[in-house]
Amino acid sequence: MSARFEYECVDKIVDELGAKPSSIIAILQGVQEEYRYLPPEIFPHLARRLNVSEARIYSVATFYENFSLDPKGEYIIKICDGTACHVRKSIPILNRLREILGLSEDKVTTGDLGFTVETVSCLGACGLAPVLTVNDKVFPAMTPEKAEKLLAELQSKRNTGGAQNA
Amino acid sequence: MNRAYMTIDNIPVEIAGEKNILELIRKAGIELPTFCYHSELSIYGACRMCMVETGRGALEAACSTPPKAGMHIKTNTEKLRKYRKMILELLLANHCRDCTTCGNNGSCRLQDLAKRFNIQGVRFPNTAEGNDIDDSSLCITRDQNKCILCGDCVRMCNEIQDVGAIDFAHRGANMKVSAVFGKSLADSPCVGCGQCAAVCPTGAIVVKDDTGKVWKALDDRAVKVTCQIAPAVRVAVGRDLGLHRNENAIGLIIAALRRLGFDEIYDTATGADLTVLEESAEFLKRLETARAGGTPLFTSCCPAWVQFAEKKYPELLPSLSTARSPMQMFASVIKEETSRISSRAHVHVAIMPCTAKKFEAARAEFRQDGTPMVDYVLTTQELIRMIRESGVLFSELTPEAVDMPFGASTGAGVIFGVTGGVTEAVLRRISNEKSAGALMALSFQGVRGMEGVKTTAITAAGREVRIAMVSGLKNAADLIENIRSGREEYRFDFVEVMACPGGCVSGAGQPPAGSAVKEDRGRGLYAADKMCSIKRSEENPLMMNLYNGVLKGRVHELLHVNYNKEKIHA
Repeated sequence: MSARFEYECVDKIVDELGAKPSSIIAILQGVQEEYRYLPPEIFPHLARRLNVSEARIYSVATFYENFSLDPKGEYIIKICDGTACHVRKSIPILNRLREILGLSEDKVTTGDLGFTVETVSCLGACGLAPVLTVNDKVFPAMTPEKAEKLLAELQSKRNTGGAQNA
Repeated sequence: MNRAYMTIDNIPVEIAGEKNILELIRKAGIELPTFCYHSELSIYGACRMCMVETGRGALEAACSTPPKAGMHIKTNTEKLRKYRKMILELLLANHCRDCTTCGNNGSCRLQDLAKRFNIQGVRFPNTAEGNDIDDSSLCITRDQNKCILCGDCVRMCNEIQDVGAIDFAHRGANMKVSAVFGKSLADSPCVGCGQCAAVCPTGAIVVKDDTGKVWKALDDRAVKVTCQIAPAVRVAVGRDLGLHRNENAIGLIIAALRRLGFDEIYDTATGADLTVLEESAEFLKRLETARAGGTPLFTSCCPAWVQFAEKKYPELLPSLSTARSPMQMFASVIKEETSRISSRAHVHVAIMPCTAKKFEAARAEFRQDGTPMVDYVLTTQELIRMIRESGVLFSELTPEAVDMPFGASTGAGVIFGVTGGVTEAVLRRISNEKSAGALMALSFQGVRGMEGVKTTAITAAGREVRIAMVSGLKNAADLIENIRSGREEYRFDFVEVMACPGGCVSGAGQPPAGSAVKEDRGRGLYAADKMCSIKRSEENPLMMNLYNGVLKGRVHELLHVNYNKEKIHA
């Protein structure tokens, strides 16, 4: 984490959405879009700007599964484990990716902040099951082998300093 | 005018502006069970214990249903009894049930209601696990395993105190009350006011217990143990110690403390007289030098308010009175005088209605060579516990008087324990009129009463002096915002702040009580003031001795403090 945190970006989000307690969720979403997680530095800053307690913001941030307090990887891989994907064997895909990246249910992000692997309950693309997304781009009808190949591509892209988008 | 009625358990009850049917049911003399309802907090409707059955057999939470004319409800049916029992059983299922060793044993609503609803067993496995105790605060201890998630503490901390140290975190089965990032209370904005403990229906938040250390000091023959008793304590022990009501029991408390082994016993009201003199002098000086419309002088005798200001309004610290709190002034004088007479080890105990005083006593500003002036602070609850433990039959005692040489106090010192009391005491000192009539008139100037915000204006130092008195830190925060707005109606010269709603009589160290009991305690202090032959601090004959004796040339060193520092205590 950088020693000095730049608040301009956060302030821009707050100004756009209104510095009021009812904007908390939208502001947190905006911040998460920017940083891929909710950096701890924003809590005291937002508390001052919205005139709510830090504990209240923490309360909102921990209530919703979608908000993360831990830094996420450059590539966020979400494997759908909704009913349709589950019965079409999404778990072996998940296990393969975790195995290659050395991740688990508790450790979802690689040490170098390259990849985050997590499950989601349903992406609403059951016809394409089993499905996964990489930074919100959808990859349909996956198998462990296809996922491994995709991961290798992403890794090489990362090594050559490739683009953020998959 | 047509009167509106509704029917509660077949009895017609008049609706007289009650906000919800719970209030109406209680008015009708039925003690509907609740965990999450407090009239001063917002309605949360979480515990579902106050469910009532309507004429159609539907269930409604009484706390969040407004009364309606013609409504028929029942409060005690087979269905309701079954539901309430089930709620209790489920709450008990993941609750630490070590009642015998709990800090709230005997004063726990969960325990009471389990008994009342005759819960004879819990069919579910107990899922309360591990040790999740936060004892980082000097004032209160939290135990997550005893929390029933009623949210009373969260709403108290946010709505009444504006501190926002704690809130709910996570959700579902993982939900708990937590400071930001799960930090300990010591690392949170907590100011130690303890009002969360005062509303907690279980032992999840309790006042820190220091009785063991005091017993040890009392048992040590080499140590001289002195103590001081704060004004608000005397009107809050009666009911818990076998008296019929919370009458002024100062004489009995002193008698009990002698039997417990305290060597010298004093009244903090004496310390309050010192505070009145110092704070009045500071105020008069400020009136002469400061321009009208500047920042007012804020009182500083409430340690929770001081900490609130330090954490939230550090820019206001230069405007806080430098006069130490009565407890600290008195402790400096007692310690100083005792050390002059003898070299025997000396422990000084302060008996307070307040949890934050435990923190104040430990502050670096109030230490001499590393030793705190006040070695231990006991709350009223702990005092009651010690008296009970000793076996002394409180109600059978004969009242006794405080010791010399600090045995004189005034009515002005006694009323410090209620909101508006500090102001009234200071006004008695600075007003030019010294007649009995003027004294009486002062009490009608809007300084008395349990309202959260009071204002008054008097003439002193040749001009109009405007005063605000607030209790409850949310009221203080709102007032500060208003003062900053610069509007004429919010121009004040003097602002009294007490963190607890109603002042020290409602302190979190006192036995938990409803608002009627708290008001009664306030009246008890004004009655005690009436019984004092000396009403003004400057007329206390002891003051002259002190200023010519131990305080000579050392007033600043012993009686003042500067909170306005870069570094804030270790």
